[in-house]
Amino acid sequence: MGEAALQIRNGRLVDPANGVDAPLDLFISGGRVAAIGQPPAGFTAQRVIDASGLIVCPGLVDLSARLGAIEPELAAAVAGGVTSLACPPDSKPPLDEPGLVERLVRRSATVGLARVHPIGALTEQLAGERLAEMNSLARAGCIAFSQAKRAIVDTQILLRAMQYAATFGYAVRLRPQDDFLARDGVAHDGEVASRLGLTGIPVVAESIATATALQLAAHTGVRLHLSRLSSAAAIDLVRAARDAGMRVSCDVAVHHLHLSEMDIGFFDSNARFDPPLRSASDRDALRSAVADGLAAICSDHTPVDADGKQLPFAEALPGATAVELLLPLTLLWATQSRLPLLQALARITSDAAAILGIAAGSLAVGEAADVCVFDPDESWRVTPESLRSQGKHTPYLGYELSGRVRLTLVGGKVVFEG
Amino acid sequence: MRNPQLNANGALTHLLSIEGLPREVITHILDTASSFLKVSHREVKKVPLLRGKSVFNVFFENSTRTRTTFEIAAKRLSADVINLDVTRSSTAKGETLLDTVDNLVAMHADMFVVRHAASGAPHLIADHLRRLGREDVHVVNAGDGRHAHPTQGLLDMYTIRHYKQEFTNLVVAIVGDILHSRVARSDIHALTTLGAAEVRAVGPQTLLPTAIEKMGVRVCHDLRSAIRDCDVVIMLRLQNERMNGALLPSAREYFRCYGLTPAVLALARPDAIVMHPGPMNRGVEIDSDVADGPQAVILPQVTFGIAVRMAVMGILAGN
Repeated sequence: MGEAALQIRNGRLVDPANGVDAPLDLFISGGRVAAIGQPPAGFTAQRVIDASGLIVCPGLVDLSARLGAIEPELAAAVAGGVTSLACPPDSKPPLDEPGLVERLVRRSATVGLARVHPIGALTEQLAGERLAEMNSLARAGCIAFSQAKRAIVDTQILLRAMQYAATFGYAVRLRPQDDFLARDGVAHDGEVASRLGLTGIPVVAESIATATALQLAAHTGVRLHLSRLSSAAAIDLVRAARDAGMRVSCDVAVHHLHLSEMDIGFFDSNARFDPPLRSASDRDALRSAVADGLAAICSDHTPVDADGKQLPFAEALPGATAVELLLPLTLLWATQSRLPLLQALARITSDAAAILGIAAGSLAVGEAADVCVFDPDESWRVTPESLRSQGKHTPYLGYELSGRVRLTLVGGKVVFEG
Repeated sequence: MRNPQLNANGALTHLLSIEGLPREVITHILDTASSFLKVSHREVKKVPLLRGKSVFNVFFENSTRTRTTFEIAAKRLSADVINLDVTRSSTAKGETLLDTVDNLVAMHADMFVVRHAASGAPHLIADHLRRLGREDVHVVNAGDGRHAHPTQGLLDMYTIRHYKQEFTNLVVAIVGDILHSRVARSDIHALTTLGAAEVRAVGPQTLLPTAIEKMGVRVCHDLRSAIRDCDVVIMLRLQNERMNGALLPSAREYFRCYGLTPAVLALARPDAIVMHPGPMNRGVEIDSDVADGPQAVILPQVTFGIAVRMAVMGILAGN
């Protein structure tokens, strides 16, 4: 990595991990934060970046981004200000063998853009039957274990998987959904799905799986993270568990902060998500859970090509390109909710890093200089051409969003400049 | 969001669903159907409205009966009719829905009559044609998944209007498997748009969609109380595969609870009519004494269906 001495001056430094929100210059050398405010003794900047009118914050940490092709998606990540991302194991093939994880780690390091943190498969082939070699996978670079979108139907196997992960102190991430209750479902089981004749996924599919996961986690003592919650009922269960002192975390996909079942309109397959977009009251509950810090935000970036979307709604693939929209959609939510930037950015920097247990999301002196510099007021139109990801499908196509990344540093090296 | 079946002037370019159709559009279709009904009684049953036009019946799901009624309607309008049984041809070779559409557009299709197992498939085709700038090609939804069967909904309205003249004072019961029924959804949209006094959705909880009351119906689980004072009873077909399992214990128990027998029908208004979209399961949802009785208007529905489909195709071709 390039380790030029950099000075980012005249910006507004917003660093949630350290409670900083002030006009402060940032000094970087040797790939790390060298000083804040005043230059360290003997500092000579090889490059001075003027950040007047811009926000300087830690590089964003994305709790869930699917990569597909590594290079374009990592380019998209840094263009969106994301410097660390966790990659779920449901790639093809799934991340259930150390060799696959090593290759992913090596290839993403060679590309040298955002830092990639693989999530290993909890079970072989994500089939929910035999435990994956978690210890070997962790040695290869996995920072947690999950089933991605798949459920472990057999609760005894889920119990064993948690016990085994807890043995080594590994975190388990689950997207809670009961397979039986969600069977054939493609949309929230509510008035829109009923009207359109789409098979519904009831909220109880999520709340029952959430309750099961929480009980088993309490029983085994495993460190549990619940991914992409979509319902008020699941949020209530997590809140109650936290109030009871349990160490559990959760996140919400950024689309679910803004959209609801109504956005399906007339079968818009861009609004097909997994978990589904739910009712407006569920969305409001997700927004307040994120506002009060119960949940972090992930992009749930899922590049889907035209072949996967130009199909009848139920046959279309779920998911949307999102890593480049994580920042603008978080800013939009913060503005609408009248939340201070410091609080909003925590959900996509320090909170996410804490959940992943990685050293990121902080601009304290000595930390790696993973930095995002953005213009909060610059608006841009979401078009297939303006997105670097190979996934061009998002419900936000054609929308004007505020918040444009100008510069992204990973380890003090400029990896994106726009 | 503009209703995808109306053009910028509010005229009908596709018939995808009854949802969102203005009352005047529905009434215009029924009035037009009324004039076409006379054609069916003439010696020469043809009018030249669609002469030189190609109507493609594209059925991704088998239905000889519905396809035949569309074929008759199109032929009475003098169109060239091409029937494609897609279940056995291109999609079996891996061609996508929109590839099939592109090929048929290249064959100069003027109208697609589409049936598909997936809800929303006709919307996808209409949206694709709009993106191609081919709004001169019309789409008629002949049934998509559980979503809509608008020509059936319209012919049901035609039938009701024929026997009852007005909608405003009518109490209508729709009985049976509403969860899986595109006919029920189309009827509900049509009846609420035309101002029926009350629409009752009748069935066990397993066969009623979540939050169906948001569509403007009253949910009833007891057939006897639901049928009281009804002017119109619409019975729905119960598919064989739903009869035994987690939705219902058995056809026998279903008939006992939700089958329309003369004794149950006696609770409705004396001049109540009984409708069914066909094909019927005698002894499952309807007793033969009712199906063949004086209050049943099931065969007139079929006759009116041809006139209604002629009206829909004629109006689309003119817009």
